Amino acid sequence: MSGILEKRSKQIHRKGAQPFEMACEKHSLAGAVSQRACVFCGSRVVLYPIADALHVIHGPVGCAAYTWDIRGSLSSGPELHRMSFTTDLRENDIIHGGEKKLYRCLKELIDQYQPKAAFVYSTCIVGVIGDDVEAICKRVSSETGLTVIHVASEGFKGTKKDGYRAACAALAQLVGTGDVSRIGSLSLNILGDFNIAGETWTIREYYRQMGIEVVSTITGDGRVEDIRRAHGAKLNVVQCSGSMVHLAKHMQEWYGIPYLHVSYFGLQDMSKALYEVAEFFKNDDVVERARSLVQSEIARAMPELTRIRHDLIGKKAGIYTGGAFKAFSLVESLRMLGMTTAFVGSQTGSLDDYKRLEAFCDERTIIVDDANIMELVRFARETNIDLFIGGVKERPVAYKLGIGFCDHNHERKISLAGFEGMLNFAREVHMSVMSPVWKLIEGRKGNSRKNSND
Amino acid sequence: MTEQMTQTAVTRNPCRMCTPLGAVMVFSGIANAVPFLHGSQGCSTYIRRYLIGHFREPVDIACSNFGESSVIFGGWQNLQTGLKAVIEQYNPRLIGIATTCLAETIGEDIPQMVRRMQQELGSGGPTLVSVSTPSYNGSHTDGFHRAVKAVVETLAEDGPKSRHVNVFSGMISPEDIRHLKDIFSAFGLKTLLMPDYSDALDNGIWNQYEKNIESGTRIGSIRRCGQARATIEFGLAADVASSAGETLLRRFGTPLYELPLPIGVGLNDKFFERLGFLSGREVPARFKDQRSRLIDSYVDAHKYVFRKRAVLYGPSDLLVSMATFLHEVGIVPILCAASDGKGRFEDYLRENLDAPSDQMTVVEDTDFASIEETAEKLKPDLLIGDSNGYRMSRRLNAPLVRLGLPIHDRIGASRIAALGYQGTQQLFDRIVNALLEKQQTDSPVGYTHL
Repeated sequence: MSGILEKRSKQIHRKGAQPFEMACEKHSLAGAVSQRACVFCGSRVVLYPIADALHVIHGPVGCAAYTWDIRGSLSSGPELHRMSFTTDLRENDIIHGGEKKLYRCLKELIDQYQPKAAFVYSTCIVGVIGDDVEAICKRVSSETGLTVIHVASEGFKGTKKDGYRAACAALAQLVGTGDVSRIGSLSLNILGDFNIAGETWTIREYYRQMGIEVVSTITGDGRVEDIRRAHGAKLNVVQCSGSMVHLAKHMQEWYGIPYLHVSYFGLQDMSKALYEVAEFFKNDDVVERARSLVQSEIARAMPELTRIRHDLIGKKAGIYTGGAFKAFSLVESLRMLGMTTAFVGSQTGSLDDYKRLEAFCDERTIIVDDANIMELVRFARETNIDLFIGGVKERPVAYKLGIGFCDHNHERKISLAGFEGMLNFAREVHMSVMSPVWKLIEGRKGNSRKNSND
Repeated sequence: MTEQMTQTAVTRNPCRMCTPLGAVMVFSGIANAVPFLHGSQGCSTYIRRYLIGHFREPVDIACSNFGESSVIFGGWQNLQTGLKAVIEQYNPRLIGIATTCLAETIGEDIPQMVRRMQQELGSGGPTLVSVSTPSYNGSHTDGFHRAVKAVVETLAEDGPKSRHVNVFSGMISPEDIRHLKDIFSAFGLKTLLMPDYSDALDNGIWNQYEKNIESGTRIGSIRRCGQARATIEFGLAADVASSAGETLLRRFGTPLYELPLPIGVGLNDKFFERLGFLSGREVPARFKDQRSRLIDSYVDAHKYVFRKRAVLYGPSDLLVSMATFLHEVGIVPILCAASDGKGRFEDYLRENLDAPSDQMTVVEDTDFASIEETAEKLKPDLLIGDSNGYRMSRRLNAPLVRLGLPIHDRIGASRIAALGYQGTQQLFDRIVNALLEKQQTDSPVGYTHL
C-alpha cells in the first residue's frame, strides 16, 4: 500500500507541537513520482516569453516537442516564442557531434526570422557528447552581428532551480547593453511575471496609473531591446521568489539597482505591492495615486467577493505550486474567501520560504516540499478538502478524487493577478467547488455511500 | 512523390513526440505494471504532462532521476533506489524500464543492469522488462512497437498450444480498444490484446482510496503469447524489425497476420474476413448491419465529400489506413505527412491503395512548419490529425478533424473512435459534418437545411 516513503519524511512537516524543521532544495528522490521537471524546464519557463528572440533547443526532439506553446504567455507583438525550434539530434549527430548542425540551424533561423537575439538551450546529451555550444554561439554571433546566448540548461545538472539560475545568467548578458539615456527617475522593471493571460499588462497598467514608467518586463511580453535597457530603471520589482532573484541580485551588484519582493496575487498582496513601490519613490503624487487606485479597485471587487465568500465559508483547500511565493498569497486569498488551507507545498521552495509559510498557516496544516503524486493523494484524502490548487499534473488526480480544482500554473488561460485577477480566482474557485457534478460521486463527503435517487 | 525533409538542419515545431513516450503507453496497458524511465527527471515529468493533457487521467511514470554523479559514475545506484521506491509505493508485478537518450549516451549497459537487478529482487520481486528508447532514434510510435516487442521477448514462454489469438493493436484510442475486444468476443475468439490501456488511461472516478494499477493485459496471459494460434498485428507501415509478431513467428512459429488498422469498408472487410477464417464463424449480423449502414451513409454524403482535398498528418500506421478510407469515399488525401516515416511509407501506400492518387504528396520525417508551408500551396478543404495542427487550421481557415495523439484542446480524446465499421461510421460523420459546418458558416445565406 502507498504511503510516505521513509526517505521523504524530512520534506514533510505538520504544524503543531513540534518545532519547525524541514529539508528542501534537494534532488528529487529516484522512483518517487515528483511533479518537478529538470534544469531545462527551469530555464525554458523563464526565458521563453521573450517574444522577439529566437529560442533554439539543442537536443533530441522530446524537449522541444513537450514545451511547444504549452504556456499562456501572451505577447502584444511578435510571437516567435510560440514556435518550437530544435536541432532534433539524431543518432548520427550523437556519434559525430551536433555542432555543425547547430551552426547551420542558427544561420538558417536567424536568416529566416530576423530575431533581436537568440537563446540556445543545451539539453542533457549535449553535455555528454561534448558539443562546444558556447563556441558555436560566439561564431554565429560574430558572423551575423546578433547576440547569441548559450543557456547551460542540461537537464541532469541539478534541479529546476538551477535552470532558473542559468536563465538569469543568460539575461544578465543582455542587461546593460542598451541605451538608457531617456529613462526617467520614476521607473522600474517588472521581474518574475510571465504575462500569463495578460497579467503583466494588468500590472504594467497599475504602475502607469501611478505615474511610473515600466522600462522592461522580464520576461512576460518581453522584448530584447527593453531588457538591454533594464539597467536604466531605478527599481526592480521581483515576483516569484525563486526564478528571478539571481537577476535582481546581479543588477543590484552591478548597477546598484535595489529590488523589492512582491506578489500580485490576492487583494492584500497586490495592494502591498503598489504601496511599497510608491513608498520607495518617496513621491507624494505617486503615493496618492496608488492609494486612490487601490481603493477604487477594492471597492469594485468587494461586493462580488462577499457574495462568493458566503458560499465558500468553511470549505477547505490544498495547495501545490511550482514556486513558494505564490503559496503565501493563496493561503491569504483563501482566508479572504472564508476557506482554510489544509496542506500546502511547492516544487522549489527554500527553507526560508517554508519557515515563513509555516508561521503563516493554521495549526495542523501539512507543509510539503517536492511532493510526489502518492503524497498529494494521501493528503487530499486525509484532510477531506473541497478544492485543490495546482497545475496540469495535479488536476486529474483532484478530479479522480472528486475534488474541485483551480488551475494556478503557467498553463492557465485566465488572469489571476491583480485586483481583477482576485475576482477571477474567486469565480474559478466558486464555479468548481459549487458545481452540481460532485453530488453524483459516491462516497464523497456529503454524499451517501449508496447513490440514492434524490 | 515522396520528399524527405532532411535538407534543413532545423526542426520547426516538431510533429512527433519522443521514443520513451510510446513505451510508457505500452507499460500503462499491462496489469500491475509501472512505467519507469532510466534517465533525467525532466523526461518523465514532461511525458506525464503530455499524456495527462491528452487522456485527462493521472499518469504515473517513475524515474531514476539522473543527477550529475549518475552521468559521471553511471546510473546503477539511481536505478536501484528508484526501482526499490517504486516497489514500495506501488507493489507492482512488472516494471517496464525505458531508457532515455541520456542513459544511452553515457553508454549504460541497461540489459546487464536489469539482469543484475532482477537477480537481486529474486523470484518474489516484480519482473523487469527493459527497452532501448533513446529520443534521438525514432519517434513515439517506434518506442511503442519496441516496447511491445520487449515485453513479448521477456515474457513469452514455451508451452502447449492454446486456442487464443494474440492481438497487437498498436497506438489506438481506448474507445477503439474496447470496440476491438467486443468484435473479437462476438466472433467467439479468445484473445490476448496488448497493450490494453482502455481502462488504465480511461477510467471513472476513484472509489477506492488509492490509485490502482491493476487494469490492463494480464501478465500471466502475456507469458502464453508464444502458445497462441496466431498473431494479428496492426499497422507497421514503418519498421518490421520492431515487430513483436515477427519475434513470435521466429521463436514459436506463431502464424502472423499483419493488417492495416481497419478503417473504412475495404480494410474492415479484410479484417472481418480474417476473423471469420480464424474463428470459423460467419460475421455476426450486427456488424453486417453496421457495414450496411456505413455504406448507406457514404451514399447519403457522397456529394458533400467528392474530390474534397484533405491533409493528413500523424504516424504512418494511421495514415496508411486513413488514406485508404478517404480514397474510398471520394476524398483526395492531397498531402500525407508521416511523423515517423522510415521510407516504406510511400511504397506501402501504393501497394495498398487500389488506385493511388497521383495528386498525392507524401512527406516523411518533417515538421509542422514545413507541413503548413506545403499545405498552404495545396489549398486543402480539410485537415485530419492531432491538436498540433490547430495553428495550421486557423491560418488556412480549413476545419480540423482531430484524430490521434496528442489532442489537448478538446475533451474526449480517449473516446475518439476510428476502427471497425462502427468506429469508421463515427469518424466519417465527423468528417462530413466538419465540411458541412464550414459550408454553412461560410455561406452568407445561413441555410438551415443542407
